[in-house]
Amino acid sequence: MRRRTILILLMTLGTADAAGSGVSSLAPAAGESRFDQSSPLYRSAIAPPDLSEDIFPCSNCHAEIKPDLRRRELRDEHGAIALRHAAGQLWCLDCHHAENRDTLRLATGESLPFTESYRLCGQCHGEKLRDWQSGIHGRRTGHWNGDKQYLLCTGCHNPHDPQFKPLTPMPPPERPGRAVH
Amino acid sequence: MADKRRSSRPGVNLARRKALKSLATGIGVMALPAPQVSASVWAAFFQKHFRELSRDDLERVLARLEKTCQEEYGRSVTVKATPPLDGVRFGYGLDLSRCIGCRRCVHACVAENNQSRHPQIHWIRVVRLQKDKGIDFDHAEHYYDPPQVPEEGHFYLPVQCQQCDRPACTRACPVQATWVEPDGIVAIDYNWCIGCRYCMAACPYGGRHFNWEKAVIPAGELNPDMHYLGNRPRPVGVVEKCTFCIQRTREQPGRYPACVEACPVGARKFGNLLDPKGEIRQLLEHQRVFVLKQELNTQPKFFYFFAT
Repeated sequence: MRRRTILILLMTLGTADAAGSGVSSLAPAAGESRFDQSSPLYRSAIAPPDLSEDIFPCSNCHAEIKPDLRRRELRDEHGAIALRHAAGQLWCLDCHHAENRDTLRLATGESLPFTESYRLCGQCHGEKLRDWQSGIHGRRTGHWNGDKQYLLCTGCHNPHDPQFKPLTPMPPPERPGRAVH
Repeated sequence: MADKRRSSRPGVNLARRKALKSLATGIGVMALPAPQVSASVWAAFFQKHFRELSRDDLERVLARLEKTCQEEYGRSVTVKATPPLDGVRFGYGLDLSRCIGCRRCVHACVAENNQSRHPQIHWIRVVRLQKDKGIDFDHAEHYYDPPQVPEEGHFYLPVQCQQCDRPACTRACPVQATWVEPDGIVAIDYNWCIGCRYCMAACPYGGRHFNWEKAVIPAGELNPDMHYLGNRPRPVGVVEKCTFCIQRTREQPGRYPACVEACPVGARKFGNLLDPKGEIRQLLEHQRVFVLKQELNTQPKFFYFFAT
């Protein structure tokens, strides 16, 4: 149970509202419609969860555990996480910061808040980051000429298993003749 | 010879012309609404073309439509006639390498645009194509219904009105009931349409749909935010189609079309073609886009692409 809720926390933190509340719904000025995190256009659709007994920061446990930097398969904890990302080339501490587990880690070693996880993803997926910033990749909701919501990468892709999962299609159109009503 | 004969019998011709005239008038009178029907039917019958309505006339028309709709569905509705925004020309992008054929867009469109449930009208049709055949409509299938999508070896291509800059449909209309608005939306005046369906025959994309019967829309599912040229319930015998959600998009700020917001994979893109930094222009500059049936020179504003 605990393991699963931590995972949920990580994923939802990734979609936290970086612009905060009180954002105006004014239409964009000319030239403002490109991606700009300080712009009022930058909003996310999913608010971070309230911390509760089942949802808590990673540091609650990891603050007292000495980081083991050896690359290995985790057996005691986090069994619910099946890492199917980059075919065995990655492991936990490539993306999670070893010293401060409430943050992520760039390849440079710089720590990164979960709200800026797109910078981490963009290290490998540069062309996706470019497309996402210009509005070509990813889902946007809201107003085409005003306040809109972007989803961070983790809003659609599970970072541990990023491939999009199949869906059940909605009903097909009726065939002509309308035999069935 | 013929002239001579005709001029020699002027009385006969005059009499026949008179008879034909009175016959035509008689038939014309018979085509009028019966005197006992309500005033709104008479008002609708003598309503001018949408683009020739004065401001006062338009207000009366909108009020009449709201009233008849409220009487029919028992709900308060708003029928707008919001004009096009200055400096806006709408464009649409669809990423075929993302689309998984789940039809969320189809059903979001039905709900948003008050499409008839029986007989069923869908403005969006998702066709399933074969990867090894490419975009070849001879091998298209739109009744596909597997337990899960996407299916191995297939890709999906949603088709709706392509909002052409040189539409074949508007030129086919004998009464100019359909035209291109300044913001690029191909609009239909449902009250002016005579139901001849020439536009449907002319459209190479199957984007237009006909109301064969009275639309059945559950009152609880009626979208009360309506536009005259958009999602107000359509009468029997007229043609309808995608309007880029005119009731949502033609506002300041304007919402994304319902299909864009419904797409779970973010394959659908919408914006202003005249905004050089907008997502549609970015898309045109950075992706290799194509339009359907380019050889027909209909110049759609609906661009398909395969993103990496």
